[in-house]
Amino acid sequence: MNSAIPVLQAIPIDNYLWLSAILFSIGVAGVLMRRNAIVLLMCIELMLNAVNLLFTAFSTYLGDASGQIMVFFIMVVAAAEASVGLAILVMIYRNHKTVDVSFLDKLRG
Amino acid sequence: MVAFLFYLLSAVSVLCALLVLLMRNPVHSVLSLIIAFFAIAGHYVLLNAQFLAIVHVIVYAGAIMVLFLFVLMILNLNKAAPPYQTTLVKVMGAIAGGLLLVTMVASLKHSAIQPVAGAEDGQIGLVKNLGKALFTEYVVPFEISSILFLAAMVGAVTLGMRNKKDNSSAITHL
Repeated sequence: MNSAIPVLQAIPIDNYLWLSAILFSIGVAGVLMRRNAIVLLMCIELMLNAVNLLFTAFSTYLGDASGQIMVFFIMVVAAAEASVGLAILVMIYRNHKTVDVSFLDKLRG
Repeated sequence: MVAFLFYLLSAVSVLCALLVLLMRNPVHSVLSLIIAFFAIAGHYVLLNAQFLAIVHVIVYAGAIMVLFLFVLMILNLNKAAPPYQTTLVKVMGAIAGGLLLVTMVASLKHSAIQPVAGAEDGQIGLVKNLGKALFTEYVVPFEISSILFLAAMVGAVTLGMRNKKDNSSAITHL
């Protein structure tokens, strides 16, 4: 049985847990380490993808379609977030001539 | 064979994700992130989530990363920025990320999840079954997400146009 998805038998779901944890931690470390706002947005996309991968893995392992529907909605929100975030970055670049977050401290009291 | 593919795709995705934050040039970061996204799409194929694999390639590699590349080119940021932050901040960020990884591994160490009996056919990732779930059970969130897209589109266009409006108002003011 289970011939449709041989990965279910070859790979325990723990491996997907570790992989997603590693990818998410890399995203968090990138947000903390980099100062370029565009790379920050890319690291946020990386974190969203780690969560997406885990949602899909659990959805397949548990035989429930809701997880994959949730991934679909996360992709929708990620696309909207990227478009609005990049528009904001373009505006910031027009006003400040930089996208380095170290220099974007105008709201500091 | 499947295990080999899993470990290959995992190694590629983790390596390219590391390159995203280690590359100094933002364009190289974007390109390595695209490779990482293709590796994740391979994971979706491996999990028989065909619809998600296709949508992932179209939306992420086809739309979002092209948007990132266009913004990098338009802002002329495709050169390595001089390092403004100190090495201390970088080391602290790496340590914080590593600590988060240690915390997650420690908390997930004793998970014992077994595939349930309902997962045996493995057909839920096909377009037909996902579409059925999406347009019956989740039709209201689907429509709301279209409103979210409309709002995001209007917001992005408005943000992009504001400078021109300021110029025109300044001209009329003069």
